[in-house]
Amino acid sequence: MILDGKCPTGPIEKTWDKHRFDLKLVNPANKRKYNIIVVGTGLAGGAAAASLGELGYNVQAFCYQDTPRRAHSIAAQGGINAAKAYPNDGDSVYRLFYDTIKGGDFRAREADVWRLAQVSNNIIDQCVAQGVPFARDYAGYLDNRSFGGAQVSRTFFARGQTGQQLLLGAYSALSRQIAAGTVKMYNRREMLDLVVVDGVAKGITCRNLITGELESYAADAVCLCTGGYVNVFYLSTNAMGCSVTANWKAYKKGAYFANPCYTQIHPTCIPQAGDYQSKLTLMSESLRNDGRCWVPKNKADLAKHPDEIPEEARDYYLERKYPSFGNLAPRDIASRAAKEQCDDGRGVGPGGRGVYLDFSTAIKRVGADTIKERYGNLFEMYEKITDENGYKRPMRMYPAPHYSMGGLWVDYNLQSNIPGLFVLGEANFSVHGANRLGASALMQGLADGYFVIPYTIGGYLAGIKPGTVTTADPEFKKSTDDVKAYSRKLLSINGKKTVSEFMRELGGLMWENCGMARTEKSLKDNLKKIPALKEEFWKNVKVSGTGGELNQDLENAGRTADFLEFGELMCRDALHRKESCGGHFREEYQDQGEAQRDDVNFCYVGAWEFKGEKAEPELHKEPLKFDNVHLAVRSYK
Amino acid sequence: MSSHNEHKSMTLTLIVWRQKNATAQGKFDTYTAKGITEHHSFLEMLDVVNEDLIKGGKEPIMFDHDCREGICGMCSQVVNGVPHGGQERTTVCQLHMRKFKDGDTIYIEPWRARAFPIVRDLIVDRTALDTIIQAGGFTSCHTGGIPDGNAILISKPDADYAMDAAECIGCGACAAACPNSAAMLFTSAKVAQLAALPQGKPEASVRVKKMLDAHKECGFGNCSNHYECQAACPKGINVKFIAKLNREYLKAQFA
Repeated sequence: MILDGKCPTGPIEKTWDKHRFDLKLVNPANKRKYNIIVVGTGLAGGAAAASLGELGYNVQAFCYQDTPRRAHSIAAQGGINAAKAYPNDGDSVYRLFYDTIKGGDFRAREADVWRLAQVSNNIIDQCVAQGVPFARDYAGYLDNRSFGGAQVSRTFFARGQTGQQLLLGAYSALSRQIAAGTVKMYNRREMLDLVVVDGVAKGITCRNLITGELESYAADAVCLCTGGYVNVFYLSTNAMGCSVTANWKAYKKGAYFANPCYTQIHPTCIPQAGDYQSKLTLMSESLRNDGRCWVPKNKADLAKHPDEIPEEARDYYLERKYPSFGNLAPRDIASRAAKEQCDDGRGVGPGGRGVYLDFSTAIKRVGADTIKERYGNLFEMYEKITDENGYKRPMRMYPAPHYSMGGLWVDYNLQSNIPGLFVLGEANFSVHGANRLGASALMQGLADGYFVIPYTIGGYLAGIKPGTVTTADPEFKKSTDDVKAYSRKLLSINGKKTVSEFMRELGGLMWENCGMARTEKSLKDNLKKIPALKEEFWKNVKVSGTGGELNQDLENAGRTADFLEFGELMCRDALHRKESCGGHFREEYQDQGEAQRDDVNFCYVGAWEFKGEKAEPELHKEPLKFDNVHLAVRSYK
Repeated sequence: MSSHNEHKSMTLTLIVWRQKNATAQGKFDTYTAKGITEHHSFLEMLDVVNEDLIKGGKEPIMFDHDCREGICGMCSQVVNGVPHGGQERTTVCQLHMRKFKDGDTIYIEPWRARAFPIVRDLIVDRTALDTIIQAGGFTSCHTGGIPDGNAILISKPDADYAMDAAECIGCGACAAACPNSAAMLFTSAKVAQLAALPQGKPEASVRVKKMLDAHKECGFGNCSNHYECQAACPKGINVKFIAKLNREYLKAQFA
C-alpha cells in the first residue's frame, strides 16, 4: 500500500499557517466533554498534557516513574536549536529547515521539518516565560553556542543541563494544570496495551506498578509520547526504564512502525567498563566545540600516555577528513569515523575501543576557567565515572546507541494509521529522517507538545462525538484478560536464565550485527538468531515474585519480551533497505567509508504492518518528495 | 592498560532494609556482594547482587533508579547513614565502588521522612514533592502568545543565580538528611529560582505562601538551620536559597 502523509501542498513557507487555518476547531464549551490520554511525561508528553489541559480538554496523563519530572528528556545536556538568528550569522527558518533535511540524509518529510523550524522560535519564548534559566550574556541577552551539522550558532542552552531545565519547565506547566484539575496524573503506571474499538483508538490498559493491578482507561484520543527504543542494544545512553513496549503494543494493535532501522549512535560516550554495565553515559556534543578528536597515527604509540605522543604523531581524523565541519561533523559521521579508527587498530584504552577527546588546545586558547564554566559539570561527571581528570588528560570516548529516529508512523497531524492514536516526540518517526542533528530532539519534543498537537488533535476531535466508548466496552475486558494471561505466562516459566541475561544476549546481537555497520550477512544471521533467542526466552526465563505486587523483575521481563520481537523487525527493516543513509550504514553500499544513498529505489518511508505472530510483517511505503531542498550527496567536507 | 587499573575483585557485606509493602513490618537482611570491581557503580553492584538473588529463587532488592547519570533524581538510598552515600555532589547512581574497600560492611536504607512513606524495600513515595510544586512552583504563563525571549533582559548574575537554584533534581535527599525531615532546600530552590527572574516576580508573594503551606500540610518539618540538606544534596544546592525563601516569605506578609 502507498501511504499518504496528508501533507499540505503549496509554497512550503505557507504550509503550516494554511493547514492551521484549515483545521476544524472544537469550541471552548465543548472541549471539556472530550477526554484525552497522554502516555509519557517527557518533553513531548509533558508539554502536550499541559497545553491540552489548559485548552480545556480533560486530560489523563501517565508515566512509569514516581513523578512526571523524571522522564529521560531530563538527561539531554547540550541544548535546543531555534532559528532566532540572534548572533547575526546568517541563520533563518529556511536554513534550519535546510540543515535538518540534509542532516537527516533526505529521509524526512519536508512539510513536517518546515513546521518544526517555524515553531522553533516560539519554543524559546515559551520556555523563557516559564522561567527556564537559559544562559545569558553580560548584556542580559540569550546566549548561543554551535552544535554539530550546522555552520551557525543557533543552540540555546542552560549549562550542561538543558534537557533538565526544559523538562522542569514543562513539568511546572503540567503541575499548574494538575492543580487546576484539568489534568489527572497517574504516576507509576506502565501502559501494556492499546485498546482499539471498531478500528479506533479509545483507551489503554496499564499496570499499576505499586499494586500490580491492571487498570483500564478510556478516552476520545490517545497520545503516545513514550520515547525511543535504543535500549534494544542493551548498551545505551537511555534510562534503564526506557523501552519499546508502549509503541510495540500499539504496533501489534495495527499501528505501522516506520523506519525502525534508523538509530543514532552518539559519538562521544564514556566507554563501557564491564558487561554488568548496560547504561553508558553520554558526554554532550557541545564538547566538540572545544574538544578535538584524535587517535595515535602509529600503533606503536597506543600504549603510551597521551602526553608522550607528540603533535605530529596524532591523527585528528575529523579535521583531516571533514575540514569544513571538523570536530563538529554530524553524529552519524563522527561515530563512523571513530569506529573506522578503532577498526584500523588505532583505538585507545581497554580493548582498543576508544578515541581521545582532547581539550588542551582550547585550554591554552581560552584558559581552564572558561572551559570549566562551559562544561564543568561534564568534566565532573567524567571524573566520577572514570576516575580521570579531563582537564589534564584527554577524555576517552566511544560511540553508543542514543536515539531512535524511527518510530510509529504518523501523518502530518501526528496521527497514526489508527484513527484517534497520536504519536509525539521520539516515539514517532517524522522529522529526523535517517539521522538526527544535535539539539533537535528537545526542539521536536516541545514543538509536538506545545505547538502542533493542540491544533491537530482539535481537527480530529471536532469530527467525532465525545464519550462514545467507556471502560465497560468488552474490548477493555478483553485487553485486560490478554495482559493478565501474558504476565501469568512470564511468571510461570520458572526457567534457568535471568531477564538480564537474555537482554545482554539480544543487545550483543543487535550491536554486533545491526549496530554502526550492517551487512546482508550479519542481518540474515540475526534473523535466525533472534527468533531462536525469543523461543528460548519463553521456555527458559526466570522471573521472580508475583503479578499482584511491585515487581521490577516482571516489569523488565515484559520489556525484554517486546525488545526480542522488535529486534527482529529492526533487522528486517535494515535488511530490506539496500542503501546507506544517515545512521543506517550498510557496508555493501559505501563510497570509501561515506554512506551511499539510493534515491531511485529507497527515497521513501518504510512502514511495517503487523500481520500476526506467525506471519511476516507487511511493508508499506510513503514516497518522499523534495521540492525545496534538492536531493544531493550529503557532504561535510 | 596499566596493572594498577586492573580490576581487583571485592567482596562486601550488605545490610539492607527489606519491607514487603507500605504497611508490613520491615527489617534488615544481610547479603554478600561478590566479584565487585572499583568500576562498578553502587547500583550496578546491587544489580549483581539481585542477579544472584533471582537465580537463587529469592526476591531481588527493589530500588528506584532510572537515568543512572545523576540527573533524573529517581535513585534514593541512604548508604551507611548518609543519603546518596556521602560523596560530595554525587547521587547514589554515580557513586562508584572505588570509594569502598574489600571486606567493607555497607548499610543500605530507604529515605526516612514522615512525608515519604515506604513503598517497598528501598522505594519511597515522594508525591509530597509534586504537591509542593503544584501549589505554586510555576509561572502562570499560557502556551503561546509569548513575547520574544530577548524582550526581557536578565542580567548574567541573575540568570546564573536562578540556574544554581534550578539544578535541583527533586530527589528528596534534603528531607532525608534533615533532622526535622524538612524539604526546605527543595522548596527554597524553586522559590528562589522564580523570585530571581522577572518572569517569576508577579506571583512571588502568592507562590512562597502557597508552597510553604503545602510543605507543612505534606508533613515535612521546619528548618532549624542544621544545613545537613546542603551536605547531602547531590547537586550542591546552597542553603542561601533558604535564606532567600525566608526573605520572600517575610516580604509576602506585607504584599
